[in-house]
Amino acid sequence: MTARIDLPEVDWRRVSPRYIVVDVVGYIIFGLIVTAVPVVIALTTGVRWLWIAAAALAVVFLVTIVLTPRRVRAIGYQLRDDDVLFRKGILYQRFVSVPYGRMQLVDINRGPLARALGLSELKFVTAAAATGVVIPGLAEADAEELRDRLVALAESRRAGL
Amino acid sequence: MTPERSQAVTDGQAFTDGEWHRLHPLTPLLRGGIAFIAILGFVLYNLRDIGIEILVGGEGGQPDPLIWLYESGYFWLAVLGVLVALVVVIVGYYLSWRMNTFRITDEVVEVRSGILFRRNRKGRLDRIQGINIARPFFARLFGAARLEVNVAGQDANIKLDYLGSTAADQLRVDILRLASGTRRAEAAAAAGVAEKNATDADGRPIARSAAASQLIETRMNEFLAPELDPGLAPPESVVTMHLGRLIGSLLLSGFSIFVLAFIGGIIWGVTATGSLIFLVGLLPALIGTSGYYISRFTRSLRYSIAGTPDGVRIGFGLLSTSNETLPPGRIHSVQVNQPLLWRKAGWWEIKVNRASTSSAQGAAGQQNTTILPVGNLDDVHKVLALVLPDLTDEASAALLHSGIVSRGGDDGFTNSPRRSRVYLWFSWRRNGFAMLPGAVLLRQGVIWRQLTIVPQARMQSVALQQGPVFRRLRLATVKLHTVAGPIVPSLGAVDSLQAEQFFRDVAAAAIRSSSIDTSHRWRSGEAPA
Repeated sequence: MTARIDLPEVDWRRVSPRYIVVDVVGYIIFGLIVTAVPVVIALTTGVRWLWIAAAALAVVFLVTIVLTPRRVRAIGYQLRDDDVLFRKGILYQRFVSVPYGRMQLVDINRGPLARALGLSELKFVTAAAATGVVIPGLAEADAEELRDRLVALAESRRAGL
Repeated sequence: MTPERSQAVTDGQAFTDGEWHRLHPLTPLLRGGIAFIAILGFVLYNLRDIGIEILVGGEGGQPDPLIWLYESGYFWLAVLGVLVALVVVIVGYYLSWRMNTFRITDEVVEVRSGILFRRNRKGRLDRIQGINIARPFFARLFGAARLEVNVAGQDANIKLDYLGSTAADQLRVDILRLASGTRRAEAAAAAGVAEKNATDADGRPIARSAAASQLIETRMNEFLAPELDPGLAPPESVVTMHLGRLIGSLLLSGFSIFVLAFIGGIIWGVTATGSLIFLVGLLPALIGTSGYYISRFTRSLRYSIAGTPDGVRIGFGLLSTSNETLPPGRIHSVQVNQPLLWRKAGWWEIKVNRASTSSAQGAAGQQNTTILPVGNLDDVHKVLALVLPDLTDEASAALLHSGIVSRGGDDGFTNSPRRSRVYLWFSWRRNGFAMLPGAVLLRQGVIWRQLTIVPQARMQSVALQQGPVFRRLRLATVKLHTVAGPIVPSLGAVDSLQAEQFFRDVAAAAIRSSSIDTSHRWRSGEAPA
């Protein structure tokens, strides 16, 4: 028996593998900036132990970057008859179900790199802040089609709060 | 008295006819003009002294700026300036009152205000999350009340301050009736009945031209009348607040422990160092804590809760009162909990999550979400029956009861497995969930006992989570997402297979319940009378 939670009956749709590039580049830039801070301070003031902090940060970011392909492959979603199912995470797994009638709005976001690769990010907003469902790495046309479909579905299953 | 107001008192339909109306004529005074009058009085009082001094002859008093002004020759200019300022302020107040109008149609409630910067706020009646009538002490003396219509969201209140006290009560009934989805003709008929009751309840027809003594008497009756208008709600509050219990619950709070620790710290400081410098902090702390206790006490005194056809009505307050109606289906989750210190006494507290925030409540919005400040188990069941009317059948009530007090075991709940005891040392037997038709129950804690009830039709989404520690233990966490509030419904350490099944069930139930839910128009299903 496996301890890992799973919903075997669901046929997950995965996000585009190109999203790995977006995520990796994002983490490289962010990691360089964050590790540069202790490095610069160490160079100017000569405090030794800051080098250790910088090295630790670098290791954390390297591990994150190495694991990115697996993490992206773990993201999945499925549009069921009445709700959206979403999953993500390997170490910390999370499954969310959002009924269409509960969606208050659907956002499409595009970062500069994602736009260059033709990718979009779809965000669902309900009246609960904790819902937090964001599907990254969708092809632009898919995202727009998905959004229109979701809005139409939400409209037909509209409920109060 | 303006024609609108006197009309509103005699004719209940006046406010809901879709026309624009004005607020109570004393509004500017009640909103803050009091301070202005106090300042004016202070200045006049001083002027009188100076006048006497000038006429009788000064007795060598110290040089006064006003006397200097009088002698300097600019005196009449200054007097003119003061008069102009006075006129401007009075005209400003008058205009702001003139420009502040509201109307209530079949669909919306709308308020316009502002002299230079106009502001228009419109709220849809079927989106109402609650109606609150607050009577601050001072406004109460003048027989005025503030009516606040809450819709979902932060700062999403439509305030009508101030209205005549009786008119406000009547208007609430009318708005709720319009919001409930009954047809207009019916509403008119029903409103007529309610209006009759309202005047009957007051004991006498409210004639504004009556003798002054009668006016004062009416005011006194209004002031002393029970919070719930007997004509509009069942006369009895289902829960009575005992004085001893209220005081006890305040003393047995976490805050009291903090106060005791603080006093202990000061005593230790004084005895250990021998210097009295530590006493300096005592006075402000004393004022602060007594203020806290007194405000909690007077707010919770005369607490009442009662069911009406248009929702649950909760009243609070001794001097400043507030009285709120929550229409059906506006409660997003309910939590019954028991702080450790209350255990011996068998007291409980009930909180709710709701989509709106009412500004009327002041300190930390506390009373706004606490619908039962303290009560015994009996009170808890009565209040739960009011706020969750669908869960009043015997089986549900039994399950709720075991959810509140049971120590765990085979009692209708699916509890955490034995292996979770490394994570939940004491409460693993009790930590569990159950499904009722229409609601999900989460039971937690054996020391701090709590039961969270989430109506399925109000659930926004549901999540299933698992981290590395729980994975080793084959456990998982289930979270139910509702609107923001003091309650975060979440249950950890559930057997992972059971959690998966629970997630599926809850997701399906949420869809099913919300598709058949009609509570935003709670009377629309009723057959027309």
